[in-house]
Amino acid sequence: MDTVKNAADKKILLVGQPNVGKSVIFGCLTGRYVTVSNYPGTTVEVSRGRAKIGQNNCEIIDTPGLYSIFPITEEENVTLRLIENESPDVIVQVIDAKNLERMLPLTFQLMLSNLPLVLVLNMFDETLASGMTIDTALLSEILQIPVIATVAITSQGIGQLNKIIEEKLKSRLKPAPASFPKFSYDAMKNWYDKARGITDRAVKKRDSGRKLTRLDQMLISPLFGFPILALVLYFGLYQFVGVFGAGTVVDFLEGGFEKYINPALANLANSYIPWPVFNSLFVGEYGIFTLGIRYAVAIILPIVSLFFLVFAIIEDSGYLPRLSFLLDRSFKKIGLSGRAVIPMILGLGCDTMATMVTRTLPTSRERIIATLLLSLCIPCSAQIGVILGLLSATPIVLLAWLAIIILIFVVIGAILAKVMPGDKPTFIIEIPPLRFPQLSNILKKTFARMKWYFGEIVPLFVAASILIWLCQLTGFFNLMTGALSYPLYLMGLPAKAAPVFIFGFFRRDYGAAGLYDMHKEHLFTNNQLLIAVVVLTLFLPCITQFLITIKERGIKQGIGISAFVLAVAFGVGMLLNFIFNYSGIIL
Amino acid sequence: MIVSEAAEEILEALWISYEEEKHETLSLSELRTAPEIHILKELLEAKIIEHPEKDKIKLTEKGLHHARDAVRRHRLAERLLTDELAVKSSLIHDTACKFEHHLHKGIDSNVCTLLGHPKFCPHGKPIPPGNCCKEESKSALPAVSKLSTLGHGQDGHIAYLHTLDPKRAQMLISMGVVPGAPIKLLASFPSYLFKLGEGQYAVDSSIAGEIYVRLG
Repeated sequence: MDTVKNAADKKILLVGQPNVGKSVIFGCLTGRYVTVSNYPGTTVEVSRGRAKIGQNNCEIIDTPGLYSIFPITEEENVTLRLIENESPDVIVQVIDAKNLERMLPLTFQLMLSNLPLVLVLNMFDETLASGMTIDTALLSEILQIPVIATVAITSQGIGQLNKIIEEKLKSRLKPAPASFPKFSYDAMKNWYDKARGITDRAVKKRDSGRKLTRLDQMLISPLFGFPILALVLYFGLYQFVGVFGAGTVVDFLEGGFEKYINPALANLANSYIPWPVFNSLFVGEYGIFTLGIRYAVAIILPIVSLFFLVFAIIEDSGYLPRLSFLLDRSFKKIGLSGRAVIPMILGLGCDTMATMVTRTLPTSRERIIATLLLSLCIPCSAQIGVILGLLSATPIVLLAWLAIIILIFVVIGAILAKVMPGDKPTFIIEIPPLRFPQLSNILKKTFARMKWYFGEIVPLFVAASILIWLCQLTGFFNLMTGALSYPLYLMGLPAKAAPVFIFGFFRRDYGAAGLYDMHKEHLFTNNQLLIAVVVLTLFLPCITQFLITIKERGIKQGIGISAFVLAVAFGVGMLLNFIFNYSGIIL
Repeated sequence: MIVSEAAEEILEALWISYEEEKHETLSLSELRTAPEIHILKELLEAKIIEHPEKDKIKLTEKGLHHARDAVRRHRLAERLLTDELAVKSSLIHDTACKFEHHLHKGIDSNVCTLLGHPKFCPHGKPIPPGNCCKEESKSALPAVSKLSTLGHGQDGHIAYLHTLDPKRAQMLISMGVVPGAPIKLLASFPSYLFKLGEGQYAVDSSIAGEIYVRLG
């Protein structure tokens, strides 16, 4: 938990709709001491940071997106609970100045809380560029609250915001917070009417507004949109993450490990740990250093960080909502809506993170389908990287693998869409303007995700190494390998592949990397290679994804999903083997 | 023939039971308020209703038309009170009962045209179309259309939302999709993209079919 020495004496809450730049303002206000943690009892993340404003030690809280005080999503619920339970000294509402009229109703609603309110009109540069001028002084006079124009991305207006907050904090009296009323259509209508009246007065000139640019039109038309998607995946994922990351960078780092670090560690261990049992714990075949740390640092880290870099660029440019516009119709056929594009693409980076993101889907039916498809079909970047490396010499196997996985994704999705009870999904998403991503923001995001990932996986790799070591020591490992040998036989795979699947559970990529080692020793025919790679892709998700699935979906659904995935994975493996045997196809 | 307010209530109940619940007859005990004898007599004599068995009544052929018109007037009145006069929803039904009574021949089509020939009342029940609606659907540009039927670049103001799911209505309203807001359709394939104020939203065909836009 939070370990900041001097307790904060004031609390400031940043509130606003999604995509208005709250987090950037948060970054401007706070310094280095930022903690991100789940709101108690939920999986919604809340960032808290420290700032010195005037003489006050302040805690700044960045809340999840809020459309109105009548919550629909879990995120909105958390924000409302923060407003009600944290007793903030100041609420700073951040709005996108271009959308003043649409966002003012939330201002009126927040006023009902009785808490001191400051209104920040962010993205003021975009507003001016669109030919709109807002009289902030008049607006402040009408609303009776301070109004500040900012361009958070370049820190403009942040100094003024600090001053205003400082002034607000001077008033000693802390008013009793009032609770929010129930939803009422009439009240909403009033607020919208009021917002319209105020913007008519305070907004000086109005242009016809944002039009569709040529690029916009291309991104959302199927004719150009799909080729663009293919290009993004080819260059972003295949060339950059796959060929460059999993190939060049991994070879370089692994070479370093194998040439210098591993022998050095082995020497060190041999001279200091004479007992072979403990020796192998650290530097043996599955040792903490030789396997765990090597996989984590040399194979997984470069692949995943490069993916996060690409994803941050895609995310900040505003491409993803456009992609969901393009794919909604197709996704409906597998029981999902266009919104599911975001977890699905993220899943190509890290399925664990993507499973967490499924909670942004509106219905539990969609969440179950998305979680299941993520578990079953979507290989994470580390896995893709290793698989691409594994299959690069045999393009026919690579193509067959891709075709089979896509086929299973579509078939299982279509079946789920038919059999899953519940309402059909609906789709509504806000499309932000296309923006040129800011380098500093991208690096910040990538770094934060890498930190999260690394903090999450290194302990697991170490734990997995210890567990495998223990299993080997006690003979349990042999037992499990033995148990797997019959299903493997049915799939036409050598019994030696059993450890790969067991590792696969600890981390999918861990298993894929094991396969990589086996393939280097030429243990597979191409047919076997395809079956092994397909089964491993479909196979149970890694242990973190398994745990997150249970956490997000509950134990019953979590176990159910895993059992289903296991059955489909082995079933497909056996079917492929059967087809190969009877048709005599040799890849 | 002009019938009393109380008689109109009975006709509406009969029509709803006939049209929406598929019951030919209605027992008197199912009515909201027990009818007065002289009103029933008046309707029986005018051959608007029949009395096939004890305590039960049903509409005649002629009565069906009267009843349909009464329902139409009632639901139009509700629409008018909600959309244009912003009457509180708890008061709508009773006010509409009084209001509809004054919407006789000719006036109902004026109101219907004013409202842009709405298809549903605020509670989501269908409004039986009148002659004015039939003529309207023949002409090229209806005054109020579903967002999903607009052409690229067509714009107007949101007239009303028609969704039976209150959560969804609440979500749309919170996002700014409210009657009166200016709206413009930017793209309609593979999904619908519209401009609302300065923002842009993408929705699927089911939501685009629930947003009714007054053109121009």
